[in-house]
Amino acid sequence: MFWQVMFSIAAAQLTYRRRQTIVSTLGVALGVGFFIAASAVMSGSEKDLVQQLVDNAPHITMKDEFRTAAKQPVYIAFPEAAVDLTNTKPREYLRGIKNHGAIVDELSRQPGVIAEAALTGQAIVRYASKDVGASIAGIDPEKERHLTTVEEDMRQGSLMRLKTASQGIVIGGGMSDRLGLKMDDLATVVSPTGLVRRMKVVGIFRTGNLLLDEGQIYMLIKDAQVLLEKPFIANRIRIKVGNPDDAEEIAARIESRWGYRSESWQEVNRDFLGLFVTRNIITYSIVGAIMVVASFGIFNIISTIVMEKRRDIAILMSMGFRAFDIQAIFLVQGVVVGLIGMAMGWGIGYILLEMLASVEITIPGMTEKQGIALERGVFQYGFGGFFAVVSAVAAAWYPARKAAQVRPVDIIRGAA
Amino acid sequence: MSDAQPLVEARGVSRVLQEAVPVTLVKNIDLTVGHGEFVSVTGPSGSGKSSLLYLLGLLDVPTAGQVLIDGHETNGLGADRLAAIRLRKIGFVFQFHFLLPEFTVLQNVMLPMQKLGKLNDAGMKERGHALLEELEIADQAKKRPDQLSGGQRQRVAIARALANDPALILADEPTGNLDSKNSEIVQEIFAKLVREEGRTVIAVTHEPGFAEATERNINLVDGEIERDRRR
Repeated sequence: MFWQVMFSIAAAQLTYRRRQTIVSTLGVALGVGFFIAASAVMSGSEKDLVQQLVDNAPHITMKDEFRTAAKQPVYIAFPEAAVDLTNTKPREYLRGIKNHGAIVDELSRQPGVIAEAALTGQAIVRYASKDVGASIAGIDPEKERHLTTVEEDMRQGSLMRLKTASQGIVIGGGMSDRLGLKMDDLATVVSPTGLVRRMKVVGIFRTGNLLLDEGQIYMLIKDAQVLLEKPFIANRIRIKVGNPDDAEEIAARIESRWGYRSESWQEVNRDFLGLFVTRNIITYSIVGAIMVVASFGIFNIISTIVMEKRRDIAILMSMGFRAFDIQAIFLVQGVVVGLIGMAMGWGIGYILLEMLASVEITIPGMTEKQGIALERGVFQYGFGGFFAVVSAVAAAWYPARKAAQVRPVDIIRGAA
Repeated sequence: MSDAQPLVEARGVSRVLQEAVPVTLVKNIDLTVGHGEFVSVTGPSGSGKSSLLYLLGLLDVPTAGQVLIDGHETNGLGADRLAAIRLRKIGFVFQFHFLLPEFTVLQNVMLPMQKLGKLNDAGMKERGHALLEELEIADQAKKRPDQLSGGQRQRVAIARALANDPALILADEPTGNLDSKNSEIVQEIFAKLVREEGRTVIAVTHEPGFAEATERNINLVDGEIERDRRR
């Protein structure tokens, strides 16, 4: 009953200043709408990028390197001793992960883990008197399918054909374009040591990433071992784990177990992930500024109403309304503007998202047009709405307090 | 509480405005008004008539002395407690009607009842209609204040003052804005409230005719009671 009368007075006064009320409500609505759109684009693209990072490459890559240089045995034997050795030479060792077969077997036994020994290196692909430098990945097609998204990006042929064809390679669409190399053509692959082999194109992929499309080729690991003259050697173990978020922790465990440098996708992309934080700060500052401006609109309308309705406030107080009741009336107005703004903002946000979803853009470095990745969740709407109501109440607070401080005698005496 | 208990009492009440040069509105007022009295307060402008009325109605607080309502001291009560007493026991009528322009006549009359919250919605409507009936403006119930004549508006304001059935009606120049015919009507309404319903009306006026019609007249000069005359 009490809130009913508060509400009806609040509503009556808002409709009395209809145009201003609509304008300030629109301000809130735009703030909420843009919050939803900006936040959807931001976290959408973030999730999309992270997804790409996680899916396109193995979660963990073990390399045939060590994080710290090997110590001379004497330092290990006498850790506390004062030893001075000069002109020492680190031991030469054969590059490659020792005993990789056993490591792969052990990793593969763990649930959800896929591990693959691979050999990477450099080569030149030559066709029709043109040369293109290429990164070779000697892989196991069966496992590679699960480790990366190359299989999904195949435009012609398939990774699996590597197994049936003799001396097969899978190349990127960009390389295919540059060399005029088509399916089933025989290309010449030259290793750094000068070994030349003729290999048959059994698949063409196109990821949209220029670097990969022009410079990556896949072949069986045994073919790579022959080409690079590294028999039985693997210099990478590529690992996929059940939950990508655990990759960092698992990588640390693997590294301490076998000693080889093991990089999780988080470690490799640390800079990238840090960039998201900065980007989010910028975005939400700007959206926050919109909300602040919207709050000024609410402050303005409610201040105006308080100024113009001082007589009504005075008479309500003379009737027996308490200062709190008066304050409540104007706070209710703030809440009402906030809630209506929120509802309208949801509509605006929804329309903006629909528009954004239909936009296609070309991202630099990508060869194909893409839609904008959008995160369309309850969070965006909820948070936008929450901010609208909070900022509306905050904006109404000061004028409402002013209204509560009106001394009815001053007003009534002044009017008489 | 005996019948002799005065409804409103002022004991040595003074009100000084603390400004650069302090302004004394009323000075050392002693006054007792009982149930069922019809009192007019007169005096030259600036003599403190309205100020006294606001003090008696707990709309303002004295700088010295104190006001008692139904024998209860009001000094030291917070603004909210004073508001609660106004809500139940006091009805104000001002020179200007001060009706809320966005609400209908009936809604305006119902506002104090809604604040009190004692009746349900139907009960409040019924009482509102009954009051408008009593003041012979029931046919205007659904109109807005700006669609009414000055006399009608003032009658709505009186109905609003009566909403919570207060014992004390305080009127500040209630006929100041009305023509003589409407003045008479309002005057007659007040007289009836006293005569038939036993309410107490204290009305500030500068109209000799109004003052003569009341059974008790208090004349203020320079913030002090110059004469308290009973007929």
